[in-house]
Amino acid sequence: MKIQINGEPLELADKVTISVLVSQMALEGQRYAIEVNEEIVSRSNHDTHCLNDGDQVEIVQAIGGG
Amino acid sequence: MTNTVSSSLPVDKPLIVAGKEYKSRLLVGTGKYKDLAETKAAIEMSGAEIVTVAVRRTNIGQNADEPNLLDVISPDKYTILPNTAGCYTAKDAVRTCKLARELLGGHDLVKLEVLGDQKTLYPNVTETLSAAETLIKDGFKVMVYTTDDPLIAQRLEEMGCVAVMPLGAPIGSGLGIRNPYNIKMILENAKVPILVDAGVGTASDASIAMELGCEGVLMNTAIAAAKDPIRMANAMRLAVESGREAWLAGRMPRKLYASASSPIDGLII
Repeated sequence: MKIQINGEPLELADKVTISVLVSQMALEGQRYAIEVNEEIVSRSNHDTHCLNDGDQVEIVQAIGGG
Repeated sequence: MTNTVSSSLPVDKPLIVAGKEYKSRLLVGTGKYKDLAETKAAIEMSGAEIVTVAVRRTNIGQNADEPNLLDVISPDKYTILPNTAGCYTAKDAVRTCKLARELLGGHDLVKLEVLGDQKTLYPNVTETLSAAETLIKDGFKVMVYTTDDPLIAQRLEEMGCVAVMPLGAPIGSGLGIRNPYNIKMILENAKVPILVDAGVGTASDASIAMELGCEGVLMNTAIAAAKDPIRMANAMRLAVESGREAWLAGRMPRKLYASASSPIDGLII
């Protein structure tokens, strides 16, 4: 299935949870927040929330700003 | 630094934002620095306790060991103030605030800024009002960046914003406080902290904001774009403190003509 992650297309072999996606992205242990289809998915649900074909995923972090 | 005089002065009351006390009245941003080491050094030197950050897409698949801003500016040490910079609609600003709250583990203090156009980065006031209403209903504590319009400032306060932050001049312009009389009018009726946000170029601008009676000053470029940002961070810390002291002391009245400082009596002529 195909999802969009931070505006880029990504092909996934199987249905995965957010936690699996995060570990594939090597983001474990970092500070980030995740939105799927413009809705926040809270950290406590990352283990159980499965991604679906066509999902738009945003992963954000804090950077320098004024 | 030795300071024997101030120890005998009454201690100033703290800045209180959303029920939390702060000793420093200087708030700083973390953008435009050369690297994270310079960011850290400048922010430490500034003495700021409230530090703004932006929320952006994570770089996917690039250098996983890249240090994160929040590893350097720790939320354990600083009050992190996520902003909505780059948002031009209420919807985008609200979405950004929700992401920030999730990112910071439920921390609900945000700096709301909804911009009008890219050239001036002037606040879009109607979108700002709309976003503020949604965010306050959703439990956010909103520090709001806005124009120096006294009526809008009052409206934002009445809506429940925890601080109102009128611009001194456009973001990143360094033009100083362009309309001190408007800032004065805003201050006259305010019951929440009024902070000048944006426009400060150098130390005297920060002092002017404080001498007007502002509760604090928020700046980024004035420090980050100085030739020596660390030294400018120190200058800004001192400027905010001295401006505040001058405000507390109460300046002398202005007079058109001279008034001799030395006595007339006992002159030899």
